[in-house]
Amino acid sequence: MLEVDALKKSYGNLVAVNGVSFQAGAGEIVGLLGPNGAGKTTTVSMIAGLLRPDSGSVRIEGRPLSGDTDPNKRRIGLVPQDVALFDELTAQANLELFAALYDLDGTAAKRAMREALDLVGLADRAQERVRNYSGGMKRRLNLAAALLHDPQILLLDEPTVGVDPQSRNAIFDNLEVLKQRGKTLVYTTHYMEEAERLCDRVVIIDHGQVVANDTLQGLYRLLPVTNLLAVELERGQDGLRLDELQALPGVRSAKIEAGTLRVGVQDLATETPRLLQWLVERGHLYRHVVSERADLETVFLTLTGRSLRDS
Amino acid sequence: MMIPFRALVRKDLLLFLVDRRALLTSFAIPIAIGSFFGYVLGGAGDRPGQGKISVLTVDQDRSVISNDIVKRLTAEKPLDVKPSTPDAARAAVRKGSAYVAVLIPPNFGQNAARAFFGPEQKPEIGVLFDPSHSAERSMVSGILAGDVMQAVSKEMFTGPTGREMVKDSLAQVEQSPFLPKQDKQPLEDLLRSVDRWNQQADRKGSGETSRGLSMPYTTREEAVTARQNIKYNGYAHAFAGMVVQFVLFLGIDVGIGLLQQRQRGLWKRFRAAPLSRGVLLGSRAISAAILAFVVVQVNFLFARLVFGVRVEGSMLGFLGVSAAFALMTAGFGMLIATIGKTPEATRGLSIFATLLVVMLGGAWIPMFLFPQWLQKVTWVTPTRWAMDGLEAMTWRGLGLEAALGPIAVLLAFTAVFGALAVARFRWEAEG
Repeated sequence: MLEVDALKKSYGNLVAVNGVSFQAGAGEIVGLLGPNGAGKTTTVSMIAGLLRPDSGSVRIEGRPLSGDTDPNKRRIGLVPQDVALFDELTAQANLELFAALYDLDGTAAKRAMREALDLVGLADRAQERVRNYSGGMKRRLNLAAALLHDPQILLLDEPTVGVDPQSRNAIFDNLEVLKQRGKTLVYTTHYMEEAERLCDRVVIIDHGQVVANDTLQGLYRLLPVTNLLAVELERGQDGLRLDELQALPGVRSAKIEAGTLRVGVQDLATETPRLLQWLVERGHLYRHVVSERADLETVFLTLTGRSLRDS
Repeated sequence: MMIPFRALVRKDLLLFLVDRRALLTSFAIPIAIGSFFGYVLGGAGDRPGQGKISVLTVDQDRSVISNDIVKRLTAEKPLDVKPSTPDAARAAVRKGSAYVAVLIPPNFGQNAARAFFGPEQKPEIGVLFDPSHSAERSMVSGILAGDVMQAVSKEMFTGPTGREMVKDSLAQVEQSPFLPKQDKQPLEDLLRSVDRWNQQADRKGSGETSRGLSMPYTTREEAVTARQNIKYNGYAHAFAGMVVQFVLFLGIDVGIGLLQQRQRGLWKRFRAAPLSRGVLLGSRAISAAILAFVVVQVNFLFARLVFGVRVEGSMLGFLGVSAAFALMTAGFGMLIATIGKTPEATRGLSIFATLLVVMLGGAWIPMFLFPQWLQKVTWVTPTRWAMDGLEAMTWRGLGLEAALGPIAVLLAFTAVFGALAVARFRWEAEG
């Protein structure tokens, strides 16, 4: 169990992290979602012991983390945002070094390297220099390097930046396996799609503060509307009475944007046939109907008033 | 703690071995430049004509005296004398192909002879010189003064010109109405005695005609090196200089490497592990010292095998100076890592500082060319001590006691650099 309590870190007048708290349990993936500069990496750095917090605490299995040589650090594996590898060396030489940092050598190190390389699918490329790897392979090796000492908690700081979709999926599969093994994963990202796909719980951070901390379903419940129906009308608004539409049972909101009617409904299965019938009866023919589910982007927008992508 | 420490040191050594640029900078370049400088500085002392001063002579007099002057100059060991013309000599000096040109004007012999005894105006010998070789000009002037004095005096006392001058002077004294009687008689006696001595020398034969004023001493020159019959080896100095310079460049790479590790996120990985700061920085310092020590030994091994540079003094002292210099380099490298935030910003400043201390240490040009105040400044540079230590143990052939001073000072620099590095090092990885 990882417990982060009221972490705070300032650089001069700039408050980078302001009272961040959350918990992460075994077999759980917790996402730290926020725009660039929100304080995610600083938070992860404090958890990993790279930065000393101004205040607050990090506890691992109930014990606080303190000092450079705290044995509790062995319970943490860090996957830095940068590809933190020696390009000039082979993958094996890199892993031998990183295993040795945790006092692993000889047979134990070899076994750990084999398992890590097997997991990320690079066992047959271990003797190649990292500089010859593709970006995706480097990212996978970056992950493997953090797993050698079999940490209970894995801190992943934007581990898929700049990788192709195939490698990204491979990394996601690796993380799913780790989750199934009961590891605790803290995953920072500014990609809402990644958080939605991977995370059991999402901590939304903005300007160094936690603005929400819940499961995906819990976050969606924060929204006034969770399901949207987009109806592309043949003649645009053309006498459509939005006030009458909004008065229908189950309809939460209705507006027209560029000839497309967007209706927020409580339940798509029930409300969709009724809505389409209502439109046809009043002579409003439509070309195309698409259902849209509310996403984390909408949640972030609702909570902060800003778009995650634009932040 | 030993497993991570060993692994971190091994990593640095591996990175050095796979880095072609580092290998080139540490071995090929210092060997190439050291070989060149060594050759220029006199090589192993076995090249004929090495270090001679190029002198041109223009004899417009063609007299017995001027011929003798040229002959004497040509016989001087430090000079490489060639005949020339006025225009060609001037052009050669301007171009730098000759350092000094000696111009003997017409009637020099006759005028010099007159001026030797009488009050007549002294004739001039023109000395053209390359201003960038003023030291050589001074040397040639000294040699020229001696040779002219010997040539003129010889001719005046025993040569035909001198005899004519003695007879003319005797006639002038005898006929002079102005000379007081008490002065006239002793002068006439002196000149008649010289004339008789000349006639006597003629009767005895030519073997007695080579007299004249000469230097009242000779010199016995001995280059003081390690032992008798051990020649000064210019490669010893050149390799010491280049080793000092390029090992310090290795130190810069150590510092820059640390900054690059920080930039590439590797420092985060190291700091995330349960390692003390001593292990993290200590391993880097030890690997840097090992590399620096190896670079010194390999470069001097090359100099030994190819140019015969030997450790004529204490081998223990040589190894001690090498080790102390290697440790100082490690401390210097660690300090570099604390100077700037980025490798790019730090590299330029570090190279400038290194070249400055290398130059002040006498690695490029001999320190005796520096002004006195600057020579005093060099005592506060570690490079001066490294150079002194390496030279003392190689061609100077001094004992272990001569290495103790440089070793102590280099270790003191190591301590200062190391302490500053630890105090200034940014331990926290950026968030």
